[in-house]
Amino acid sequence: MNVLNFINDFFSDSANWHGTTGIPHRLLEHVEYSLLALLISAVIGLPIGLFAGHAGRGGYALAAFSTAARALPSFGLLVLMTVWLGEIGTTPAMIPLVALAVAPILVTSYEAIRSVDPAPVDAARGMGMSSAAVLFQVEIPAALPLILSGLRSAAIQVVSTATIAAYIGLGGLGRYIIDGLAQHTYGKVVGGATLVAGLAIVTIGVFYLVERLAVSPGVRRGR
Amino acid sequence: MNAYFDMPSDLQHSYLGLIGLHLREALLPVLFGLVVALPVAQLCVRFKWLYSPVLWVTTVLYAIPSLAFFVVLIDYTGATETTVMIPLTVYSLVLLVPAIVDGVRSVSPDTMAAATAMGFGPVQRYLKVQLPIAVPAIFAGLRLAAVSSISLVSVGTLIGNQGALGNLLADGQFYHRTPLIVTSVVTTALLAILVDGLLVLIQTLLTPWAPRGGKSAGKGAGKSGRPSLLRRRTTSAAREPEPAAARAALEDAVR
Repeated sequence: MNVLNFINDFFSDSANWHGTTGIPHRLLEHVEYSLLALLISAVIGLPIGLFAGHAGRGGYALAAFSTAARALPSFGLLVLMTVWLGEIGTTPAMIPLVALAVAPILVTSYEAIRSVDPAPVDAARGMGMSSAAVLFQVEIPAALPLILSGLRSAAIQVVSTATIAAYIGLGGLGRYIIDGLAQHTYGKVVGGATLVAGLAIVTIGVFYLVERLAVSPGVRRGR
Repeated sequence: MNAYFDMPSDLQHSYLGLIGLHLREALLPVLFGLVVALPVAQLCVRFKWLYSPVLWVTTVLYAIPSLAFFVVLIDYTGATETTVMIPLTVYSLVLLVPAIVDGVRSVSPDTMAAATAMGFGPVQRYLKVQLPIAVPAIFAGLRLAAVSSISLVSVGTLIGNQGALGNLLADGQFYHRTPLIVTSVVTTALLAILVDGLLVLIQTLLTPWAPRGGKSAGKGAGKSGRPSLLRRRTTSAAREPEPAAARAALEDAVR
């Protein structure tokens, strides 16, 4: 009950709904950091994973790289980057977030292409499609559900971890958690955590919609 | 070297002591998680309707930031190791339940029928057939859980020096000793890689029947010889691509 009371107090306080420290603004900041981190990770991870999967090469290298990326402690990396780079904008926060998100994107996109049914791929080759056409017109559409699930997994981790950006003086929903901890107002902490969890659920919903829209009906039926 | 390995006295631990503490705080929760996850997963296999709600709950729990989890728990368990270990147990549980369920479900009905025909009861069948076949899937989950747990312990430094190696991060900032921060990050990452490698080794020992990566690639045994990053064999019999544990959890959760 204790926790529920805190949540209620936090959300019914109208001061929490206005201005730059209000929930809408913090939420927007959080979404901004998460999207940026996800975008950078996708730009790095998707092409490498997809092409490696298409070529069927570099699986072990990708596995080793993603193990190393996963092993990096996000919070430690954040502190280290802050000390090395100084508190300049969002860069020190982006590095650990990208390190976190790039591994699932890489591995899943590689594995997604590898696990495409070889029969249609061979058929496409037999029809004289170029290597690029096979990748973009056959393999990626067929592998899209898995590719999206990798992105979703990365997105959820990023949304949850982006809270640490507040530790180095940035905004986002982590502000409530870090400030609440410093001020010993647990209502803030619990409220912030609720918002982050809620945002993660919304993220799942968004990916569900994207999947409904982007995945070809034939592929969906086949699964 | 001393700049890197001279521990500030307020930590009350040597470098090796911190490593031991870190491993305990990170790996005990994974062990607890496994102990809880096995029966929960079995329930989900037994009662199929249970799986979807369980996945929803675990997905929501997984989305709670570790720091918030720690802070809320301070009220109940104080600024202690336990406060760090409870959320880590929950996160491990979240990763392990779908891994085990997937693994146990992937046992083919033929194999189960053969076991039954050999006179195995449900318990024997579970221990001698289902669990061993699920080992690769379970270990995929265990590896994710262990690595993320080792990384997350460091956050415990924010709730009153409960972060083992992570405490070096706060001290490094406080005393302006950047080398300590480097030591913390590098040691934590190395521990994660080491534990990950150890789990792979244990998995290989537990599944002597599985094709060894290097050898099978040389033989080129068709599709099943492909290196799988997800540590699952992608045989042509398996129509459905088997996603990694964590991914499967999230994927199933939205259905």
